Amino acid sequence: MAITPPSERIWWKEPIARVELIWIVIAFTWGLVMFFMMIYWHGAGEQNLSSEAYQIKAEVFAERTQAMIDEHTVRDESGFPVVHPPAGSDVYMMARLYQWSPILELEKDQTYRLHLSSLDVQHGFSLQPVNINVQVHPDYEMVMTIRPDQVGEYGVVCNEFCGLGHHLMVGKIYVVDREEQSDE
Amino acid sequence: MSKTAEFRTCPTTGLKVNLAAERLIKANAVAAVVFLAIGGLFGLLVALTRWPAVHFLPADWFYLALTAHGLDVLLVWIIFFEMAVLYFASAVLLGCRIATPRWAWAGFGLMLSGALITNVTVLLGQSSVMFTSYVPLKAEPTFYLGIILFAVGALIGCFVFFGTLVVARQERTYEGSIPLVTFGALTAAIIAVFTIASGAIILIPTLLWSVGLVAHIDPILYKTIWWAMGHSSQQINVSAHVAVWYAIAAMVFGARPLSEKVSRMAFLMYILFLQLASAHHMLVEPGFSPEWKIFNTSYAMYLAVLGSMVHGLTVPGSIEAAQRSRGLTKGMFEWLRKAPWGNPAFSGMFMSLVFFGFIGGISGVVMGTEQINLIMHNTLYVPGHFHGTVVAGTTLAFMAITYLLIPLIFRRELAMQGVARWQPYVFGIGVAGISLFMMGAGTLGVSRRHWDMKFADAILPFDYPSAAELMMGLNGLFAVLAAVGGVMYVVVVVKSVFFGRKLAPDEKPSYPEVPPAAAVVAEHGSAKTLRIPGTTMLVAIFFLAFVLYYFVNWKYLSEVWPLS
Repeated sequence: MAITPPSERIWWKEPIARVELIWIVIAFTWGLVMFFMMIYWHGAGEQNLSSEAYQIKAEVFAERTQAMIDEHTVRDESGFPVVHPPAGSDVYMMARLYQWSPILELEKDQTYRLHLSSLDVQHGFSLQPVNINVQVHPDYEMVMTIRPDQVGEYGVVCNEFCGLGHHLMVGKIYVVDREEQSDE
Repeated sequence: MSKTAEFRTCPTTGLKVNLAAERLIKANAVAAVVFLAIGGLFGLLVALTRWPAVHFLPADWFYLALTAHGLDVLLVWIIFFEMAVLYFASAVLLGCRIATPRWAWAGFGLMLSGALITNVTVLLGQSSVMFTSYVPLKAEPTFYLGIILFAVGALIGCFVFFGTLVVARQERTYEGSIPLVTFGALTAAIIAVFTIASGAIILIPTLLWSVGLVAHIDPILYKTIWWAMGHSSQQINVSAHVAVWYAIAAMVFGARPLSEKVSRMAFLMYILFLQLASAHHMLVEPGFSPEWKIFNTSYAMYLAVLGSMVHGLTVPGSIEAAQRSRGLTKGMFEWLRKAPWGNPAFSGMFMSLVFFGFIGGISGVVMGTEQINLIMHNTLYVPGHFHGTVVAGTTLAFMAITYLLIPLIFRRELAMQGVARWQPYVFGIGVAGISLFMMGAGTLGVSRRHWDMKFADAILPFDYPSAAELMMGLNGLFAVLAAVGGVMYVVVVVKSVFFGRKLAPDEKPSYPEVPPAAAVVAEHGSAKTLRIPGTTMLVAIFFLAFVLYYFVNWKYLSEVWPLS
């Protein structure tokens, strides 16, 4: 029994039952499939998180964000600037207790280099309903290239507990058609 | 020496039970159950708050309750119970005296005071930083101090366990190799040492930081090392509850492992690879390379997952082999149909096995896939997953073995047997529901650790899909069911341990039934008795579910915005 010493003293020389051996082979192979699937996706898949990141001081990140806001703000919504940066550019979103700023307006099917960082504690960038979730750290800036592929209004929820006002922290990203923009 | 070497002989199993070890097992098990009751209550409050129609607690109390819930059940209940399991698997199963019982009591005292200090700190309200206490969120210094004391106590317990193994070997209280269950406990203890060392490396500087002696702690460094403790401690649980599965299979069925070699290798995989899993928590953090993520998150090509998949075959397989050798050979499933479903030790253990595999196991591997983590990180999918592993898996297994420990170690007749009979079902189904509905809500994007999924007070409005609210309502309902199951457990344990009828020294308990070891006939490694078609079918269903669910999630991932 499993609660008594093995009855065969030389238990490591016992033959392995067939069914166990088959299952080990299947399970091991499945492990390899799952392992190589991740590598395969780096070549074939379109959703791979960038490892581009920099150490950065909160003031510097805030300055860069502010520069983008100053240059490309198109309107105001509930006190938040709505920024429409040029397609293909570097865009910034900063997290702090308890807001995401600014609101971004992006064009469909254009790529942007999205910079994320926090000015205080850790936050969670949770883009909904797309369901893209990335951790946002203070002292570090993460840069990912995104290509929004559907027009709409998206929420940015904070999904890392950051303090007693955590549930107040909602930001926004608009994705608009390119034509729409040329009218403005 | 004379006092620590006192023994009695168990009339049921014939095991020589060291009385000093027995007292330690009792103390640790009772402390565990007390903290389970406290932590479980906080859990119920959390679930009721996340039920949109009830929304029970105010925000500050919610975050406080969630912090306390994580600490008390994930850490305190489980580690106290694991100490009981370690002492049982060493001193009792090997029939030897426990090494340095005074140190073991010192460890117990440290754990108890640490748990109390941290609990009081959290209740005072200035330390609602969640169980993970990610810097630079800052808790009161006593928050970290309590956890450190608790961990040091647990470390002492691990060394008492190692010492006891040495004592048993030197005093030749057993022949050959240690039993498989002890081997599993040894696995848990070795991982525990790694875990606690990681905890010390990060929490001691954090304590110094909280009192102002250290200026800065890097948030990514903190998270990486913290999870070397946080995730590895879950691997202690896995090793311990798999050992408990084997123990229950042995005690209730007289089951032998199909092959000692395979089961022990599977445990060894845990030691070698499970600690890599802290990478699961770093998949969407800034700066980690894909190579680092892929190697670590797959536990080196899923070799630790292989270990669990092997146990998933060998545990039910050993039960099937034992049942078939008793003549329950009709069809594929007579052995399972006629299993003692009224015995809570068995029903709890079997549900623990099934839920751990199907709910906790599959979801864990899927969520831990480098790219797929992107659509799950920090959503409710995460607590959905680990309620499947730690609650439906570990907690339910520990509850199940309690029903054997009460008559065998506490020497009391199990009280309220009718309640005990149903308890694993009520709790198990409740927890399975909690896990599944949280995973469902997480798939719809709902954030974990969040007071208000309706964002009523936020400046910018946002709504999750209405199906998500339904999920959280159902989650609340099943949490109530699980809480009822939890109360049933605590009531049965308290009534039995403190007011149950004392068994006479040579009296065998009548319930739950534990057949004498002599009834064992299944031989391991022998082609004659080893036909386990039922288990093979169960494993095939599991594998199919695993593969389908895995690729469905790649499909989900392929639908989100392209990013690189």
